[in-house]
Amino acid sequence: MAPGTNTMTKDPILKVEHLSMRFGGLMAINDLSFEAYRGDITALIGPNGAGKTTVFNCVTGFYKPTMGMITMRQKAGKEFLLERMTDFEVNRDAKVARTFQNIRLFSGLTVLENLLVAQHNALMKASGYTILGLLGLPTYKKAAAESIDIAKYWLEKANLIERADDPAGDLPYGAQRRLEIARAMCTGPEFLCLDEPAAGLNPRESLALNELLRSIRKDSGASILLIEHDMSVVMEISDHVVVLEYGQKISDGTPDHVKNDPKVIAAYLGVEDDEVEEVIEEIEVIAEGEGPQGGAHS
Amino acid sequence: MANISNTHESAGGNLTARALREGFYAGVISLGLFVLFVGLETTQNIRNELVLNQRWGLLAVFVIVAAVGRFLSVAYLRPWLAARKAAASATASTETEESFFKRNFSKIAIVALIFYPPLMVVLFGVQGSLKWVDNFGIQILIYVMLAWGLNIVVGLAGLLDLGYVAFYAVGAYSYALLSQYFGLSFWVLLPLAGILAAFWGMILGFPVLRLKGDYLAIVTLAFGEIIRLVLINWTEVTKGTFGVSGIPKASVFGIWSFDVSAPNNFAKVFELPMSSAYYKIFLFYLILALALLTAYVTIRLRRMPIGRAWEALREDEIACRSLGINTVTTKLTAFAIGAMFGGFAGSFFAVRQGFVSPESFVFLESAIILAIVVLGGMGSLIGIAVAAVVMVGGTELLREMTFLKSIFGPDFTPELYRMLIFGLAMVVVMVLKPRGFVGSREPTAFLKERKNVSGSFTKEGHG
Repeated sequence: MAPGTNTMTKDPILKVEHLSMRFGGLMAINDLSFEAYRGDITALIGPNGAGKTTVFNCVTGFYKPTMGMITMRQKAGKEFLLERMTDFEVNRDAKVARTFQNIRLFSGLTVLENLLVAQHNALMKASGYTILGLLGLPTYKKAAAESIDIAKYWLEKANLIERADDPAGDLPYGAQRRLEIARAMCTGPEFLCLDEPAAGLNPRESLALNELLRSIRKDSGASILLIEHDMSVVMEISDHVVVLEYGQKISDGTPDHVKNDPKVIAAYLGVEDDEVEEVIEEIEVIAEGEGPQGGAHS
Repeated sequence: MANISNTHESAGGNLTARALREGFYAGVISLGLFVLFVGLETTQNIRNELVLNQRWGLLAVFVIVAAVGRFLSVAYLRPWLAARKAAASATASTETEESFFKRNFSKIAIVALIFYPPLMVVLFGVQGSLKWVDNFGIQILIYVMLAWGLNIVVGLAGLLDLGYVAFYAVGAYSYALLSQYFGLSFWVLLPLAGILAAFWGMILGFPVLRLKGDYLAIVTLAFGEIIRLVLINWTEVTKGTFGVSGIPKASVFGIWSFDVSAPNNFAKVFELPMSSAYYKIFLFYLILALALLTAYVTIRLRRMPIGRAWEALREDEIACRSLGINTVTTKLTAFAIGAMFGGFAGSFFAVRQGFVSPESFVFLESAIILAIVVLGGMGSLIGIAVAAVVMVGGTELLREMTFLKSIFGPDFTPELYRMLIFGLAMVVVMVLKPRGFVGSREPTAFLKERKNVSGSFTKEGHG
């Protein structure tokens, strides 16, 4: 069972090398290396406490990793070492956007304003760092109108255009998730990190989310890295899956490959260490007998 | 609780009995509270002996007010409020169109303020208008401007600043000292005072940026005290507690002066009888212009990316950083711009008083300005202006209530109860309107219609 070969030829947008993160005595991530490829949807999965969100926080600059290197290569070829940048620079300069596991919207601002805040850096430049804008120059007025058009575009994509003038805190849960993704996209990222985007969504909303993520990839060309527990989302849309357990990578490859990896099954079903061998044998027997069946369960 | 009281109301007698009972309890509690504070008074007589005065009449007034107030509140006010609430929720859908007055409130208020001094002159004469223009008009407008300045820091950016009066002091002393030592005019020093205050705002901002919430509040409070103590102790420059006096008056852009001896004195030029009222009226328009400038800049900034970033910072700082917003510079600009308006107000204060001393910049001033911002509804300019009128105007009005002496005796000085009433008013407003006079926030951009955001969604910020 070789890992998916098609991804190996692609060029990596994000390269994580020997990443380690220590909190006091706890090794949350231990020597983790993986790559995310340009144009792919990469999923980061693993049981609770495996260190997925910690990886995310290291990639997006919210944590400083203890060791390791995280390289982001933009389309134009510019490279950024994300572990050396602070959180806001990761978004502003390296063009990496993120969402949060527990939704962090500006609940007192309207849906539209949430998307305008996301275009802060572009608008700041257009307003001459506020000074020219305060004088009412036409360049800023034009930029402001454009920013509303961008917001409108994403509102339509996220199916939120009807609620544009409502406070973000007033939206139902699924809509808040979509708004957070739309807001991240308004920063114009090349790489989008989603922390459990399908958590708490019903099956219908999950489907809508899959659609949204696919269209983001297709239309904006952004690559996506997502943490997810919902296997229907992971297996459905991701091109490449990385599995973590106890801060270490235990599997890496296409969804089909990962689904049948005995280590992954052991991690998810909770098998004793010495039983892993048995599970591997069993799986091989099944595989020989009737081809790959069943697989990882959440 | 509400349900229980409703079932009681069905039997009218029951309600009255409950109200009587609660009124009695309120009376007993207030008797216990006030018997030592109000009922007994200790003073020194001429031989320095301690004398115990008994003021049972005043105590009775307190107790009766509490008991009757509680009775009326339980028996009439609460049922009335409940009925009104029920009626309001029933007719809420029909009440979409606001009245003309409500829609154009700010325009009407500005026009009224422009015609306020001439109206006072007509009503009370040139000399009689002094009190109304100076004590009420200018005094309230200074606080409106200060509260609008603080609103940028507290209401928009959500950074709790308890030392705002420090920037007021920086502005006042900038004008007082620079005009005395270098003889610069008000119109040069006004922007300079603002710049200096903004500079101090940045100096305060840098070390406290990593602090949040309570910690930020305490450090800003300490900063306010540091400035005051420096003013007291740096006697060679600031003359310490004696303060700086003889601060030159402002002129009308150097064209007309208000110095009595000057040849281009305003009253002489226009051949009017000499009076200090003209200067006060000029100052009134000056502070009105400064306050409106503050409001205008605030309104403009809210629609700019920086203003939106301030409000986003108040809502969620981590989300801001994930969107590439540099929260350090965003906080610093909020501190600096808030401080700048404090500096403008400070230099105006110096010009109006002609005398500044550290006494004017105590913590209480910061607390009052913050109270006005919170009472008005954080972020709302109109709410804050109304709160300033109520709080500052209300306490000024107390001085006028000499008729109270006929009730409480000739020794009664209403001004002494200023803080008591201030506190009472705050409690009442916060009970009735927990989000301040104007609790909702107006969005800065909209696609179809401008819908105000209810106060229950906005956050107060965590520093």
